[in-house]
Amino acid sequence: MNNRPKVAFYWCASCGGCEEAVVDLAEKIIDVVSLVDIVFWPVAMDYKLSDVEALPDNSITVSFINGGIRLSEHEKVVRLLRQKSKLVVAYGACACWGGIPGLANQYSREEILERVYLTTPTTANPEKIMPPQDGYAKLGDVKIEVPTFLPELKPLDEVIDVDYYIPGCPPTPEVTWNAINVLLSGKLPDKGTVIGASNRSLCDECPLNKTKPENVLIKEFKRVVNYSPRADTCLLAQGLPCLGPVTRGGCGALCVKANMPCTGCFGPLENIHDYGGKALSFLASILDYENEEEIKREISKLPDVSGLIYKYTLPKSLLKNLLRSVRK
Amino acid sequence: MSTNNYEPRIVVFACNWCSYAAIDLAGTSRKLYPPNVRVIRVMCSGRVDPQFVLEAFKNGADGVIVAGCRPPSDCHYINGNIKALRRFTLFKRLLEELGIEKERFRLEWISAAEADKWVRVVNEMLEELRRLGPLKAEAVSV
Repeated sequence: MNNRPKVAFYWCASCGGCEEAVVDLAEKIIDVVSLVDIVFWPVAMDYKLSDVEALPDNSITVSFINGGIRLSEHEKVVRLLRQKSKLVVAYGACACWGGIPGLANQYSREEILERVYLTTPTTANPEKIMPPQDGYAKLGDVKIEVPTFLPELKPLDEVIDVDYYIPGCPPTPEVTWNAINVLLSGKLPDKGTVIGASNRSLCDECPLNKTKPENVLIKEFKRVVNYSPRADTCLLAQGLPCLGPVTRGGCGALCVKANMPCTGCFGPLENIHDYGGKALSFLASILDYENEEEIKREISKLPDVSGLIYKYTLPKSLLKNLLRSVRK
Repeated sequence: MSTNNYEPRIVVFACNWCSYAAIDLAGTSRKLYPPNVRVIRVMCSGRVDPQFVLEAFKNGADGVIVAGCRPPSDCHYINGNIKALRRFTLFKRLLEELGIEKERFRLEWISAAEADKWVRVVNEMLEELRRLGPLKAEAVSV
């Protein structure tokens, strides 16, 4: 045995992009691997859950967990990792606030299963086979244990205690590298800190910021599906709903550099209580009309308001309990 | 709380210059209005962040009213009421998308002289909220 810090990676309800992001460290991953011992990483390495169970409590230095908690299995594994780890880091937007899978919290478990297994246009399921909800599936004569689908998606910190947050969908290699350095430095920040990213808004580091007018006013909300933005002018001033003003920086304005408006994957700035509420507030106030009918007309052109302003944070919104009572 | 003795709670954000003055006028004129309202005075309806309204719902309000000066030009700060109009028009769209009844939120323009309108708005909303029942935003857990 050696004294290198032990590190674990785990994924819950996520797309796998966060795992890619770790590999995206490229050559630096070799530096990381030479500094730490990876004891659990289901995507990349062949360790079993029993290997983690065999470790003493608090023996893993850091567990990086991505994805929201949507299956009973996620709950079980993250509880185990919490027990075995000194530090737990929520890695990526889904673990921090629920992320895109969290938008499904607008619908009940039954509605989601019905949609996915029966009614999407691409589904062919004539026998109406549904995932078992009692935790067991039959394979011939054998009964096997399968995870159950929980009533809603929860961000990691609503299931276990979380020490630090690394934002992004996914976190960029720079942000990941910064965060790893913070953790390895030995000078740990206060619990609950967002590490690796900036404490200022995305606009602050955006190359188009100097072209943002002091008072942004727009006549219509444009969409990238039918408007090609100019690369030399603030996207918000061009009418694209760019969420840069309320979003934490640190990504280097990657989307804006590719002519795409910020969708808010680095999450809220420190003083924002409800990301969607704040995003809604600033987006609506730049609409340059004074008459209710005209305002309504422009707003009706937005196809999906909740998906726009709560793209990554719905399960953390002030409305989260409300959603429980309104969905069927 | 059983629905029999359900008393709706309405949180009101009223602007200092018009709507709060109208509520004051209703009081000094001895007009009767139901005790279900909790009035919060703000300097301008343009100061009311949609986050405040969400917070009110989260903490047990069954309905929320944002009240300000009549558009287009009554606002003490020139166009704060217009900002509120833009924000809460989009906010109503959000509530609709999420399946929250539209009767639970009202944006009202009440000038300093309109004590009667204030009384009417509160009574109307109260009646609608009694019909809808409680919002149940606080206690539900999974």
